[in-house]
Order: sequence, then structure tokens, then C-alpha cells
Amino acid sequence: MSTMKFREAVHSGTVEAMRKDARVFVAGIGVPDKKGIFGTTLGLDAEFGAARAFDIPLSENAIAGICVGSTFRGMRPLFVHQRIDFLMLTMDQLVNHAAKWRSMFGGVQPVPLVMRAIVGRGWGNGPQHTQSHHGTFAHIAGLKVVVPATPFDAKGLLIAAIEDDDPVVYIDHRWLHEEEGEVGDGYYSVQIGRAAVPRRGSDVTIVAVGPLVAESLRAAETLAGQGISSEVVDVRTIRPLDAETILASVARTGRLVVADGDWKPCGVASEVVALAAEHVLDALKAPPVRVSWPDSPVPSSQAIEEQFYPGARNIHAAVLKVCEARRGDLTASSVKPFEGPF
Amino acid sequence: MTRERDLYATMLRMRMVEETIARVYPEREIRSPTHLYIGQEAVAAGVCANLTRDDVVAANYRSHGWYLAKGGDLRAMMAELYGRATGCSGGWGGSMHLIDPAAGVLGTSAIVCGGIPHAVGTALADQMNGRTSVSVAAFGDGAVEEGGFHESMNFASLKKLPVIFVCENNLWAAFSPIADRQPHVEIHRRAEGYGVPAALVDGNDAVAVQAAAAEAVARARSGGGPTFLEFRTYRWLEHCGPNDDTLAGLREADELATWRARCPVERLRGAMSAADEARLRETITAEIEDAIARARRAPWPQPTWAEAGAR
Repeated sequence: MSTMKFREAVHSGTVEAMRKDARVFVAGIGVPDKKGIFGTTLGLDAEFGAARAFDIPLSENAIAGICVGSTFRGMRPLFVHQRIDFLMLTMDQLVNHAAKWRSMFGGVQPVPLVMRAIVGRGWGNGPQHTQSHHGTFAHIAGLKVVVPATPFDAKGLLIAAIEDDDPVVYIDHRWLHEEEGEVGDGYYSVQIGRAAVPRRGSDVTIVAVGPLVAESLRAAETLAGQGISSEVVDVRTIRPLDAETILASVARTGRLVVADGDWKPCGVASEVVALAAEHVLDALKAPPVRVSWPDSPVPSSQAIEEQFYPGARNIHAAVLKVCEARRGDLTASSVKPFEGPF
Repeated sequence: MTRERDLYATMLRMRMVEETIARVYPEREIRSPTHLYIGQEAVAAGVCANLTRDDVVAANYRSHGWYLAKGGDLRAMMAELYGRATGCSGGWGGSMHLIDPAAGVLGTSAIVCGGIPHAVGTALADQMNGRTSVSVAAFGDGAVEEGGFHESMNFASLKKLPVIFVCENNLWAAFSPIADRQPHVEIHRRAEGYGVPAALVDGNDAVAVQAAAAEAVARARSGGGPTFLEFRTYRWLEHCGPNDDTLAGLREADELATWRARCPVERLRGAMSAADEARLRETITAEIEDAIARARRAPWPQPTWAEAGAR
């Protein structure tokens, strides 16, 4: 194990996967440039050659289809998007084609494609550079969706996504890129479809996604000082969701808060609450609470941008509500923001 | 005469298969949107005559002809149309989604333009791996209106990929005439903007198709990059289904009559003696009847899914 930043862990996972398997190639706008997609693709062309790490025309949908076609000949493409908003340009090839190919042809032709997309929160990136959309993709049968919250998982889930025979949408938040953590050495994978439980507790279950995992842990720390024992579940994989881990925890604590940085309607938070209602309703001691984005596109101005995002304070309040306990005092986010300029 | 004879045999088989499908379709046992290729046979026959099984064809929802010309298994195709587990796609795809990896048919798309980048992608992979295979993207005139076509042409030209863009310009996208959709119909001229060599060829002349495709295949195999071929042709039947759509007033009967008079199969009839043709027809009829009989008694597919989020 060694200490690494989140973005360095993404880079390490990419390098390990390319060293292990010559069928892996990396394509995307800016992959070989001097910035190397926030440093995550630096040096790939030097080590693996320009044919395996290359820049692309601004043609996201066709390149997605080209990646799909390359899998028919055994390749394992990693297509990187500097903003997940640009990934939306590939919806035809990702949703209509990659997600369908395995089942539509009776299992004959799987598509081992990884779409890596970055959420660009911070520095007023605004409505078209900061969407998360993990719930959007998780709605699609035939796709897998992972959202790592720690450097360890950033590397292990990327390798697992590349190993997977199905198309995987891998979403990493720039908000987390500078976060440090312990990362495994060499080649390792983190199993897709398995949640992590970074904090055990008995009074309430906080199910969290991506950057809100750290916020949940911070809220849990304060809550502990107030006599409330919180269990935090980091879903890690959005699809397939680890219902077993989530429901076992909720059944034990009897209270549920879901912290999900995405829009509420038809989202992951709704899915988790629905699972609890379907399977462990009798165990619930209070109505679950969803901590999600306001019902609005993300704003740009610094005056309202930070008000838009829920954090530890909102999660803390939600837990108090489900526990009917006293409101504590939490200040702003503990996560270092992207300080720009951009 | 061997070349003409082979092309004729390939086209006759396609025609007989699809005429049979059109005949049995009203029985309601084939329950899958079926887009027949009748009238356009010369294009797939002529192009595929230059290809090996290791070469790739990426086609669309109207791909019975391409699948057969490329060597796809007829029994598996018929079983797929009948929705059976023994179908080429296990009953999950239907008429629009044919696959035969051994024959280089790696899955056909029901989304206009969907397969074009796939052929560019197989060509990219083959180039990366030092293979000399050629990939063919087969699509209609409507597909060149999609952004993905232009993105694919740009990338294929940029990387000098071994891919051939085959546009079957049949003048109609479903029920919309090309004049309502494009400012001019010289589709092949657009290739020049991407630095891709192009040609306009009579798509009802299988010999001319084969010759044009041979040049493109040679260019691709020798590292000369992509080619764009526009074949003018005409679909005889309705966009989807076994009927004549001029009866419903969707297209002009005169226009159809003009194109029927230019039948690509009739055009090469002289390539084979009457006796040989009679024997061939007998063989093909038996093959089709066998494929349908097997499909009808084949097992149905079973669900393979699990309820999402089930415990």
C-alpha cells in the first residue's frame, strides 16, 4: 500500500490495466496532451505507443461506435470524457448499441467497453459541466455503473471495469481528485456490485454515493458526539446495486438516510428507498430521508453554487430528523474544493 | 461467365429466401419487423463477392441479403425470424438483428447509421493488430443525414482505415423521398470533403458493383485507406413488411415499374443455362423449406433475466 491522490490512483489503474492486457487502449479528447486529463492519462502514449493512447476528433458518438466495433475484434477500449456532459453525446452508441449488444445477439457478442467520465464540480462550471448522471445510466439495462469514493476504489474499480465483459460507465468526480488515501500496489480489482461499509453503527444507516461518502463520514463523527451511532454504506457500484448489504444494514438500524449528489426524481436515492420499502418495511422506525440535489440545473455563480450542493450539514440534519434528535452544529464541507482557475 | 454465374446464384438465393418470407409473413408466425431487400440484391452480392469470411460487414435492419451474401447460416436466420432459441441471436434480436461471427457478420443495428462506426471500429482494431481484413459499412441514403456518418468518414480518412462505406441509395427513407431530405442527390461527392475516394455505380448491375468493390477492397487491403461507394438502386416492397406500398399511395407505381424493369436478378439470367437454373432453384427451395421446418419445431427461448434489486 502507498498513499496516493485520487487522480494518481486513476492513472495507476489505467497503467496497470494497459501493462497487463495489450488489448486495452485509451481514447479521448486530450488523452496525450500535456495536461493528460487532470494527470490521469499522462505518459500513456510514451509507455504504450500512440496507437494505444490517442487523441480523437470531437466526434463522441462515432468514436463510441468505433470503440464498440473494436470490441468485436477483441479490443478492450477505455474511452475518457473530460466532462460527463460530453458523454451524453454518445447516448446512441452507449444506450442503443453497447448496452444492447450482448443480449440482443443471444450472448454471442459482449461489448467490454469502459466509458470513463469526469464530473466537473467547482469554479462555477455550471449546468453543462457538472452533471452527475449516474442515476441516468443506472436506469439502462445492459450497463454497469460505478462511482468510486476513495483512491483505493478509484484504482480497483477502474481495473474491474476494464476486466468486465459488459459496458461499464465509470464516473469520477474532480471534486475528489486531490483527496489522498491508501492505494494498493500493482494490479488489483475491486469487485463490481459490492458496497463498502466504511463505518459501522447501530442507530441509522447512511447510504452514500461518491463525494457524499466523505460528507457522510464527517456527519457521522459529529453525530457520534451527540450519542447517535451511524453506519455509512458507500455503494461504490450504482448498477448492479448491492441491495444485500444495504438492506441488511437498514434491517439492523431501522433508519435510513440516502445521500446522493444527483437529482431526486427516479434517482439512486429513490431506488434505495424503494428497495427498503419493498423488502424491510417492517424494520423501519421512521420514514427514510433523501439528501439530494435541488430540483434545478447546477448554477454557476459563486453566490449560489455552494448552496446548491448538499454536504455533511444536510446529512446531519437528515439523520437527526429520522432519529428525532437534536440538531447539531456542522460547518461547511471538509473536502478540499477545486480552486481553479479553469 | 463464372463470375456472372456466381453473382446470379447468390442473388437468386436471396430473392427466393425473401419471396418465401413475404409469402409466409401473413401467417403471423414471424412476429418481427421484417425489412425486405428485394430489388437491391446486386449490391450485397457484388460487394461480398470480393470478401473472405474473415472480412467484416456491418449492416442495418434490412440485412437478410448482406447476411446471406456474406455466408451467414440460413437455418439460424430463419429460426431468428421465427423467434426461436436456435436463432442466430437466440430469439433476442429478430429480423433486424442478425449475427454470424464465423461469417464476419458481427451484429446488425436497427438504428439508422448505428453500424457505420462499428465497421470503422473493426477496421481500427484490424489495423492495430496488423491484420489485412477489410470492413464494410452498409447503409442507406438516410444514414448519410446522420452525424455519425460524417464523424465516421472523418476518422476513417484520418487514420487511413481499411473500411469501405457502401451507400445503398434507394431514394427513399421509409416513406420520405430523398428530395425532401437532401439538397442534392450526388451523395458520393460528399466523400471528397473527407479526402475519401468515391464512385457512383449502378446498384442494379451486380458485375459493375463487384468491379467497383474490388478496387475498394484492394485499396483497403494494401493500406490505401477507405473508399466511399454510392450504389443507386430501389427497394421494391414497403419499408417494413411484405406489401407493395404503391397500392397504399406511399410511392408512385410508375417509379416502381421503372425499377422493376431493371431487376438485378433478371439482368444476369443469361449467365446460367435453364437446366442449371432449374436444378439450382430446386436446391434452394429445399434448403428454404428445411430451414423453415426446423425453425417451426425449434424450442422457444427462455427468460434469462433476474429482477433488478431482488434479494
